[in-house]
Amino acid sequence: MNTNENKKPEDVIKLAQSLRWQLGDFHERVMESTFTHAAQIAERATTRPGQKPRFDFDQAVDHIVTSRIWGFPIMFLLFAFVFWLTIIGANYPSAFLSDLLIGKIYPALHHLAKTIQSPWWLSGLIIDGIFLATAWVVSVMLPPMAIFFPLFTLLEDLGYLPRVAFNLDNIFKKSGAHGKQSLSMMMGFGCNAAGIIATRIIDSPRERLIAMITNNFALCNGRWPTQILIASLFIGVLVPAHLAGFISALAVISIALLGVLLTFLVSWGLSKTILRGEVSTFSLELPPYRPPRILQTIYTSIINRTLFVLWRAIVFAAPAGAVIWLVSNIQIQNLTLAEHIINFLNPFGILIGLNGIILLAYIIAIPANEIVIPTILMLTILITGMSSYGSGAGVMFETGENSTFKILQAGNWTLLTAVNLMLFSLIHNPCSTTIYTIYKESGSIKWTLIASLLPLFLGFLVTFFVAQIWRIVTGIY
Amino acid sequence: MNMPSNKENQFGSTGFPDISVGNCQNCPIHNKSNLLKLGVDMQDWDFVVALAGNPNVGKSTVFNALTGLKQHTGNWPGKTVTRAEGGYEFGSYRYKIVDLPGTYSLLATSLDEEIARDFILFGSPDVCLVVVDATRLELNLNLVLQVLEITDRVVVCLNLLDEAKRHGLIIDERRLARDLGVPVVPTIARMKQGLDRLLEEVNNVATGKTICKPYRIEHESPQLKEAILKLSDEIIKLYPDLPNVHWVATRLLDGDERIAEAFLNGEIGNLEIVITENEETQTVESQVEAVK
Repeated sequence: MNTNENKKPEDVIKLAQSLRWQLGDFHERVMESTFTHAAQIAERATTRPGQKPRFDFDQAVDHIVTSRIWGFPIMFLLFAFVFWLTIIGANYPSAFLSDLLIGKIYPALHHLAKTIQSPWWLSGLIIDGIFLATAWVVSVMLPPMAIFFPLFTLLEDLGYLPRVAFNLDNIFKKSGAHGKQSLSMMMGFGCNAAGIIATRIIDSPRERLIAMITNNFALCNGRWPTQILIASLFIGVLVPAHLAGFISALAVISIALLGVLLTFLVSWGLSKTILRGEVSTFSLELPPYRPPRILQTIYTSIINRTLFVLWRAIVFAAPAGAVIWLVSNIQIQNLTLAEHIINFLNPFGILIGLNGIILLAYIIAIPANEIVIPTILMLTILITGMSSYGSGAGVMFETGENSTFKILQAGNWTLLTAVNLMLFSLIHNPCSTTIYTIYKESGSIKWTLIASLLPLFLGFLVTFFVAQIWRIVTGIY
Repeated sequence: MNMPSNKENQFGSTGFPDISVGNCQNCPIHNKSNLLKLGVDMQDWDFVVALAGNPNVGKSTVFNALTGLKQHTGNWPGKTVTRAEGGYEFGSYRYKIVDLPGTYSLLATSLDEEIARDFILFGSPDVCLVVVDATRLELNLNLVLQVLEITDRVVVCLNLLDEAKRHGLIIDERRLARDLGVPVVPTIARMKQGLDRLLEEVNNVATGKTICKPYRIEHESPQLKEAILKLSDEIIKLYPDLPNVHWVATRLLDGDERIAEAFLNGEIGNLEIVITENEETQTVESQVEAVK
């Protein structure tokens, strides 16, 4: 090697290659010696007590929560408890907030507008459109989020989430997907855009795409309030009052579970068709249980998640409020723009057990799932012309559950509409933030389109069949 | 900084006393008041700190404690998938700290490992802060040893000491520091314990007050040794000032494509120049600081 003093980089690489061939299992040998050295250093620095800990608490708990028999029931009960607490607990602050924002501040604003003699369209757009939409989102969204997120974060802090992943791992593998998809799915229950980013922990592009496309089936926090509200209005009332909270929670959790089931089914379908390939193996580390820092968790999850999501909702609700007010006040040929669109969409809506109002609401609410319900209510008022609620076109009204229920009944809502809305809320296109995130993460228009349209198509399919079967069974058309 | 042994540097700063600020600043108890959390305000930083470690050892917790940011932390591996960046000011220096995804190794077999590895290697951090789980020292040291192959400027944060205690483990951090040849600071990041000394040590390594003598793996097999030496000789001829020749040789022997590419297009050479330049300016700076 003394002969050629000035080797080029290419030559050095070639030398490396030839040396590698001579050495054979170089990689293993290097790793092995790293391991040996690490073990030696660790051993020298560590003193272990004379006897083993008498009782390994973590292992004992893991034996139960990841057991074949108890794993799933415990998971189910734990989440059912969390939702039950959210549904029951959210009522009181919700009532307080809506009383304050809509009962007191809203009339005060109108009074103010009259005093300063602002033009009708300006106060309409700002107070009846933007303020009401925002107030609605705050009073209905904030309480459940402020309860749900800290509880979820406590579970996460405790170390329960990886156990959930462990329990689900086998099913994911059978679906042809990566076991780590369970973790990105769990993130998706918070926010789908965050879930999409979390799929980065999956190394294989095939499995990562599957995880991205199916993440939308994890019911995100923007859709929880819709589920909770509709479940308490239409399903809770089917049973005696003392059971209502429990049954509503059960309904919501069934929807969430259906989402999980769909995740498996769609993953399986994708891995058998357009995303065929081998399942890669991985090792999942079960972290130790750590006592959660309760106060800090509550603080950070309120600051971090709750206010963040709320802020997002408000940012999207305000312009949507303006859009709602505009489409219901711009008139073309004696009908408002909203009425034109709703009439156009209605036949298809009815066919799939929904209605034109709901479909229009989903179009307006693409930026944020949070504002679907307020949009639906407002449009329903407009179409049915219920003058006792709200004070004109494009105006949202009180948000008490009773009046909401009355409005929806006036809009010809049945139990079928409610059930199908819950289904469609689970199975439809992701919100625009998520779509954009999918595009950024996959870098492909094709996969973004598939990830957006596949759930929408599935949603139409599911609601269509549910509606047909429902109508045949009940005989109500 | 003429004292290469970091045994003494384990207990706060020794060497040159900082005349300008008096003894208070050298006292670890006082340090918290020196910490200014800058959040995402990271303009004009003096030093870059890379935060590495195995998954779920508390990197993000350390990150939050230092920057005052609220990176979401959760008790599951793989939570941090992107690089989070934040800033803090300690003493008279501004630090940018980069929270890397947790990895078990730096072999770049997955996207997270690649992000972490590339940043430690090409992001030229001034200090690499490796957070380790005291209850799984053996597993965690694998990563530490791999980081030590790449860079000298390492501080080990021996985290989760409370859990180690719960498991009845006693860890002699001074022994560990001696063996690894870099500062080791015991912490319980969740309770914000030990962070004062951590900041102090990061500061010492960044400013060159502490010179590390990192532990480098000697491979037992003569065959292996010979091959690495042979290749290292050739690499040194091409890039005479490369700080981690041994590691580059190992990676080339392992057929690491990213490193081979950096080797071919001269990226590795740039890396070394940047580091030496930094080193010079820092020493000058700290001397100026001391004179003031």
